[in-house]
Amino acid sequence: MADKNLPTDGRFTRLFDHFKREWQIYAMLLPTIVWFIVFLYKPMYGLQIAFKDYSIFRGVAGSPWIGIEHFQTLFGNDQFLRAVSNTIKISALNLLFGFPAPIILALMFNEILHATYKRTAQTIVYLPHFISSVIIAGIVITAFSPTLGIVNIILGWFGLDSIYFLTQPQWFRPIFVGTGIWQEAGFGSIVFLAAIAGVNPSLYESAVVDGANRWQMMWKITIPSILPTILIMLIIRIGNVMEVSFELVILLYQPATYETADVVNTWIYRQGLQSGQYDLAAAGGLFNAVVAFVLVMTANTLSRRFSRTSLW
Amino acid sequence: MQNWNLYARGDKIFAIVVSILIGMFTVATLYPFIYIAAVSFSSGFAAQAGKVVLTPVDATLEAYGYIIKDPQFWISYRNTFIYTIGGTIMSLLFIIPGAYALSRRQLKGRRFFNLFIAFTMWFNAGLIPFFLNMRDLNLLDSMFGIILAFAVNAFNIILLRNFFEAIPQSFEEAARMDGANDFQVLWKVFVPLSKPAIATITLFCIVSRWNGFFWAMVLLQSEEKIPLKVFLRHTISNLSDDDEFAIVQTAAGFSAETVTAAIIVCSIIPVLIVYPFIQKYFEKGILLGGVKE
Repeated sequence: MADKNLPTDGRFTRLFDHFKREWQIYAMLLPTIVWFIVFLYKPMYGLQIAFKDYSIFRGVAGSPWIGIEHFQTLFGNDQFLRAVSNTIKISALNLLFGFPAPIILALMFNEILHATYKRTAQTIVYLPHFISSVIIAGIVITAFSPTLGIVNIILGWFGLDSIYFLTQPQWFRPIFVGTGIWQEAGFGSIVFLAAIAGVNPSLYESAVVDGANRWQMMWKITIPSILPTILIMLIIRIGNVMEVSFELVILLYQPATYETADVVNTWIYRQGLQSGQYDLAAAGGLFNAVVAFVLVMTANTLSRRFSRTSLW
Repeated sequence: MQNWNLYARGDKIFAIVVSILIGMFTVATLYPFIYIAAVSFSSGFAAQAGKVVLTPVDATLEAYGYIIKDPQFWISYRNTFIYTIGGTIMSLLFIIPGAYALSRRQLKGRRFFNLFIAFTMWFNAGLIPFFLNMRDLNLLDSMFGIILAFAVNAFNIILLRNFFEAIPQSFEEAARMDGANDFQVLWKVFVPLSKPAIATITLFCIVSRWNGFFWAMVLLQSEEKIPLKVFLRHTISNLSDDDEFAIVQTAAGFSAETVTAAIIVCSIIPVLIVYPFIQKYFEKGILLGGVKE
């Protein structure tokens, strides 16, 4: 029957009534959806230049397809490969040193009895999180300066020669990772402190009866109790391996330290925004985004196993 | 549970050691700020000679005198306020109604729209397509472009949507009885009940706008449009290798470093002023953010 494929009158009317009755919520949603299309989905369409010989004059749609040529260039490009390797190395260092820092801090805060002392210390260590990376970089550049920097002043006290830290490749990663810990460890401890606050107090009470000391309680009760939180935060971290805070890298690195400092996003920035090789840089970006997507999805699946709810 | 008088000797020692370690970390967090402030109030000569450690040496206001005479400093300071206030208002205008609509059960395609928004947290086109898109939209070197293009993010919408979803139906029903439409329900019922969540999101917006730097640097060319952070970046990279400046500074009591430090101090002060007031919100906010979907 022909009219089988057409919506019945009833469905039409119902739909019409629905929109007539509920048009306001669609009106409220519309600006947000349009915003997402214009500012986030349209660039995804523009990603096709990774497979094209892009020219500004022809535009995204008009530029000719060239297949995977950019990706072949990319994987033969020493600088790009170095950037991928640097990204992974910096992330690994962040994971090794930056990840435990807020946990240790939260465990220590938990042992402090004096409420005002604890509060004051917390207020201070949360602060750097709210400071812009430009200022953080300004502070780091000043503090590590060869002439007036406090670090070299202290080296001088011990009779050591002053070092121009920010021009030496071997110093970049320690400084970068250390800066990250200084800036984020305090703020990162909030999540773990909340988890510690949720531990059942009766566990501690029975431990006291059994004559356990604080050190034992920390290892036998607190840490096992917050283990799910630790695991989830670890998984999120692993999902974000490609996301090195490149803003801070741009502010702190220089040609002399590219060797250890250049990460994928800073390479894209120089290649694309500074040298105008948009298509090749976009290919690098697509590679980065796909790897990040796979990692995040894997992380989400893993976290489902550890907690009832997923991360999203 | 934690009572000092009941502590055994070992526990007391442990608590004291931990307190000292926390104290050291706190001092280490605070020290760079004190050091930068000390540099900013020191003479250029003293700073260059590496004499500044904790307090200003040859205390002077020369560095501040230099920056307040620079009209660009005031222009970019003003711009930062415009971006922060304008950007935050723009964000709320999108996020509040958007989150409300997504929290409604009767919204058709609700699952799709939620996924449509959440997907952008997992996959991002990256710097280059975003930049080219801004150019195609004619939003390069545009203050309005900066305010609009960074107004929304998936995380904030989802955070507020979750909060809205948790509001019991009964609150809404009373308003519906009085004939309220969705706009009125949102404004008179949901917004007042969601003050902590909205305050948290407002805070996130303000902080990210105040600190926003990278895209402002990339997208804005005109000096009269740049925010303070880009001005600071220019100052850091220009001052040190500017010969003319080197000659001027030798005569005056400041140096590239003391001027940089002074700009840093000026840019941190507003943050320090509002910081005590916002603290209770961000602690709540980060925990709200943990309870996704």
